[in-house]
Amino acid sequence: MPEIEIRDVCLNYDTPSGRVAGVQDVSLDIERSEFLCLVGPSGCGKSTLLNIIAGFLPPSGGEIRIGGKKVDGHGMDRGVVFQDFAQLFPWRTALGNVAFGLEMKGVPKEEREAIALEQLRLVKLEKFVRSYPHHLSGGMQQRVAIARALAYNPAVLLMDEPFAALDALTRDDMQRLLADVWRETRKTVIYVTHNVSEAVYLADRVIVMTPHPGKVKSQVQIDLPRPRDPLSVEFLDYQKKLLIELGQMQN
Amino acid sequence: MTLTAERLRTWRRAATSIVGLLIFYELVARSGYFPAVLLPPLGKVALTLWTTVTDGTMLHHAAATLYRVLAGMTLAVIVAVPLGVLMARYKSVENFCLPLASALMPIPSLAWVPVFILWFGLGNTVAILIVFYAATFPILLNTWSGVRAVNPLWLRAAGAMGANGQSLFWKVMIPAASPFIITGIRQAFLRAWIAVIGAEFLAASDWGLGWVIFDAKEFLNADLMLASLAVIGVIGFLFERLFFGSIEKATVMRWGMVRAAKS
Repeated sequence: MPEIEIRDVCLNYDTPSGRVAGVQDVSLDIERSEFLCLVGPSGCGKSTLLNIIAGFLPPSGGEIRIGGKKVDGHGMDRGVVFQDFAQLFPWRTALGNVAFGLEMKGVPKEEREAIALEQLRLVKLEKFVRSYPHHLSGGMQQRVAIARALAYNPAVLLMDEPFAALDALTRDDMQRLLADVWRETRKTVIYVTHNVSEAVYLADRVIVMTPHPGKVKSQVQIDLPRPRDPLSVEFLDYQKKLLIELGQMQN
Repeated sequence: MTLTAERLRTWRRAATSIVGLLIFYELVARSGYFPAVLLPPLGKVALTLWTTVTDGTMLHHAAATLYRVLAGMTLAVIVAVPLGVLMARYKSVENFCLPLASALMPIPSLAWVPVFILWFGLGNTVAILIVFYAATFPILLNTWSGVRAVNPLWLRAAGAMGANGQSLFWKVMIPAASPFIITGIRQAFLRAWIAVIGAEFLAASDWGLGWVIFDAKEFLNADLMLASLAVIGVIGFLFERLFFGSIEKATVMRWGMVRAAKS
């Protein structure tokens, strides 16, 4: 049985000029420990779909099951990382942010701090445990956000363009770090991006979405050994293939 | 510049403005245009202040006033902060409370004093209730605005991590809205002082700085009146600078949610 089953999910917006389909008839199966990327231009509904999976938006039709259980609102089987650095709580230290989910679960203080410390070590921030978010760089804040989403051990990690607001060099570092984190934790990941090379670097499978209405156009399995070399011929071939799918390049 | 030098400069600036004002007063008082009994020189005021502080009466009056302010403020915080959060979260609470607040807010707290005296008689109850009345609205409105201004991402993230009800209130809403809540309590404190002195003019018997000022008028004791005003100023200054200043430094400034003014 797949870890995540998405069946005929739709989401319609009511606008002054009538009803608009943000997401139309999306059906996907995602296996346990699979790294899935949703790629597409803005307006293709990839973030909307992620928000539906996260339980922030109720779908207009269809259903989503995670581990066989129907999604109804947000739940602790999913961890979410957003694009905006401001997602961290400024009134909590890095450790306090990461421990938040465990605190909500009622895990005792010592235990949750030990787990949070472990998570911060995973994202290489053990030196900044007591720092407040405003003292951390954008890349560090996003790493705290990843640690925070992993700390309460959800089955699924949902990421909405987490590195899009970072500079190119930091983004490369972050992608390598995330690939390491994924290899170590083996979470099921759904990762939204509009960056094709990022998708090829990270994903087992890439879903290409197109806008108006937002729906799945095609999918591409990335059969490359890890760690991947972004300058290899095979890597560039995959990138080219995706760009053609997206209509950004002629065959 | 080092931190201590910065701090010294801040204090020096604060002192300059106060000393300047005192010199100006002294010049006017000694100019001879006004009778000395109405405008006593600073030396006389200082002497009165010294004797009343050392014999304990001034401290007793100040304690009585401070008790009324703090009791009223505490009640206001207990009522207005949760109500402000509820107003921002639930349309029904907002619809119910906002017209009430809009209607009550413009009524000066002092206008209630005679009414409250009729209802509760002279004494502490009236002063505390007047302070409560004056302090509630700034806290209520600021908390309401603060919660509405909370970054929705924090709520989403907190929700995704299982926060709800009590934990969402205490661990997300309150700290997230804290810059507004602190501002509200500061404004409320100012209003509370205005209210308590006014209430003591009319409703206090025997104790309280407002009562001292009002009573001193009967005996043309301008020095005692000014000494009491100075005590009010000092208490207000200490609260503003030390109490609210350190709360701000330990919370919202430490968290980077508000920043200190540059140079």
